This record gives sequence, C-alpha cells and structure tokens, in this order.
Amino acid sequence: METDTHQSVETTISIRVEPENFDVGAEYSRLWERSENSGAIVLFTGLVRDFNADGAIDGIILEHYPAMTQKTLQTIVQRAASKWQLEAVTIVHRVGTLLNHDQIVLVGVSARHREAAFEGASFIMDFLKTEAPFWKKEVTPQGDAQWVDAKVSDQRARERW
Amino acid sequence: MIKVLFFARVRDQVGCAELDMELPKGVSDVAGFTATVKAMGAAFDEALSEPNVLIAVNQEMANSQMTVEDGDEIAYFPPVTGG
Repeated sequence: METDTHQSVETTISIRVEPENFDVGAEYSRLWERSENSGAIVLFTGLVRDFNADGAIDGIILEHYPAMTQKTLQTIVQRAASKWQLEAVTIVHRVGTLLNHDQIVLVGVSARHREAAFEGASFIMDFLKTEAPFWKKEVTPQGDAQWVDAKVSDQRARERW
Repeated sequence: MIKVLFFARVRDQVGCAELDMELPKGVSDVAGFTATVKAMGAAFDEALSEPNVLIAVNQEMANSQMTVEDGDEIAYFPPVTGG
C-alpha cells in the first residue's frame, strides 16, 4: 500500500533568540538542507509595524525570560512536529531595540505536503504569540515607551487549534 | 532560597528585576508565596494583585495551588506579547 506517512519523522529543530537581524535566504537554505524528505517548506516572517491603535510608533523594545523562552518554544515546536510530522523547524526571534519595518521573528517548517507545512507554521506562530515569554514596548514619536497589551485576537487565533 | 523574577510591566511596577527570598516556614504553594511577596510593600501588593499577572515556577506556567519548594525559581509577568 502506498502511503505518505510510513516514515517516523525525526524533526530537526533550530531555535535562536538573539538581537541580531536574520537573513531569510540563509535561513531558508539551512532549512532546505535539513528537509531531504519533504515536499514543502513554509517560511513566515513578522515585521515591526509603524502604527498601533493609537497612531504612529517609532520602533519597539522586546524583552524576554531567556530560560523559559527556550523551554516554551521547544514544547510548542514538538507539539507541532508530532501533529504534522514536520521534518525540520527553524525559529529565530529577535530581542532588544528594533525599528519600524525591522524583522522580528522567523518561523520556517518543512513537511511532506504543503497543508502540513502551512498549518504547522501557523500553529507555531499562534502559540509563540500567546505562550512564549516575550514582551513588547512601543516607542512613540515623542520618545515615550509603553508596554503593549496582549490582544484578544491572538488568544482566539490560538484557540482554533 | 527562592529566586524571584519580575518581567516587563510588573518589573517596572515593583522597581526590581530579581530578588532572593527565604521560603517562609509554613508556605508550600504559589498562593502562599505570592502573599509573602505582596507583603513586602505597596508596590509589590499592587503589581501582583492585577488580575492578569501570570506566574511561572521553574520556567513553567503555574497556578496558585502549585507546590513551591526551596530552590525554585518563581517569575511574575504580564500576558505575553511577542511575535
């Protein structure tokens, strides 16, 4: 019988949290190299928007709880990996001071089929946004900085899984 | 000794990022320990009384009934906003 799920997939996981910018092309290449048995790769990048509900912003400051961030992301990835049989996963999340339009986060996954890759990436992002201990502060054009409140829409996005 | 950590808005409210505290005699759960931290002053009481404050014990999300033991790391922080 022909089946696409005969293989028990050993997922290779790469998780980095760092201030430096990332090169999507290089991340894609590394993910591709780790995806010999996959039929699809999905890459998501999140950027700093130049506005919030109250108007213009002038960058953000991101902080996190290092020991817990690593543990939480690892758990989220493992859940996604076993649910969609992902072959490789990359997460890069930046911290520190970021400017408008800067890249904040990259999630890349590979899987046998595109549905699994799309859903796996989406699941990881939804849980990253609601469970991983990162906090954003938005800088206003006047130079004040205000903590961002958690969004109900992010919570709802997670609940669909 | 318990390592107590505060992050983001909660850290700003209490005015410190990290404390080492003795686990008081008779305190064995998160609720009891949190009451001890709140008793340290008005800023602590106010910050940790906010209904949306989250608590992690040893880097895992915790509820108020969870056990606290000497050597644990306990963190208080607001809902997360990464990504």
